[in-house]
Amino acid sequence: MRRRFLKHLTTFAGSIWLSGSGLFKAAYAAWPSDNFKEQSYQDTLTRLFNQAELIETHKIKIKAPKTAENGAVVPVTIQSDLPNIGKVYILVDNNPKPLSAEFNLSNDVDFFITARIKMAASGQLIIIAMDNENIYKASRFVKVSKGGCGN
Amino acid sequence: MSSIKIRSKRLGDKMQIRTLIAHPMENGRMRDKDSDQLIPAHFIQELIVKHNDKTVISSHLSGSISKDPYFVFMLNNVNSGDKITISWVDNLNQFDSEDHFIK
Repeated sequence: MRRRFLKHLTTFAGSIWLSGSGLFKAAYAAWPSDNFKEQSYQDTLTRLFNQAELIETHKIKIKAPKTAENGAVVPVTIQSDLPNIGKVYILVDNNPKPLSAEFNLSNDVDFFITARIKMAASGQLIIIAMDNENIYKASRFVKVSKGGCGN
Repeated sequence: MSSIKIRSKRLGDKMQIRTLIAHPMENGRMRDKDSDQLIPAHFIQELIVKHNDKTVISSHLSGSISKDPYFVFMLNNVNSGDKITISWVDNLNQFDSEDHFIK
C-alpha cells in the first residue's frame, strides 16, 4: 500500500517536472469532459452549479445578433461592471453540448470577452459569472436561420 | 508559421488584446460532403493568455467555438514592452504558442 502511494507520488512529481520543462504543454487543469458532454441544458447547469441559486442580473451586457444568418459563426461580446468575477461560462440551451466555453479571469482582466460560437438552432445564449459568493446569470435570445452544429 | 495572431490596442488605461487562431474546430458531428463520413472531433480544449509569464486568462473550450477562433480580451496594468503570450492545446494534444510585445 505504502509502496503504491510512493509510486503515485513519483509519477505525480514526474508530470510536474515535464510540465515545467515545456516538453509537455501541460494543462492548468484537466479538460472537464463531463461538463462539456452531450446532455440537456438543465443537466449541464446541475453538473456545474449543483443546486446553487443563479441570480438573474441585467448587469451583464450581452451583445449578439438578434438573427444570426449562419449558426456556425455567431459573434458574441459580453461585458459587465460586476467586480471580482473569477469565472465566466458561455452556454447555449439548444446545443447538443450546451457548454461552449469556460473562462478563468484574474484580477488584472476586465469582465470583457468577445468570441464567436456555434449555435445548432434558435435559442437562448446564457452567460453565467461567478464571484466568491454569488453566481449571476444573464441570457439573450438569438434566432438562427441556418444551424451550425451539423445536425 | 504560427497559428496564432495577436494584436494589441491601447484603449484609455486598458489594453485590448485581439487574437485569431487558425484551427478547424471540428466538433465531431459534421459529415464530409463527399464521403458522408463523420469528421473526427478536432478542437482546442484549452486557451491560455499570459502577461509577462503570469497567467491572466485560462479557459476550457469546446467544439462549439467557431472555426478559426477569434477572441477579444481587455487587460489592465499593461505597459509598453510587456510580453503577452497566448497558447492553446487541442484534443489531439497538438499545441501552439505565440509571444506579442506591446509597443
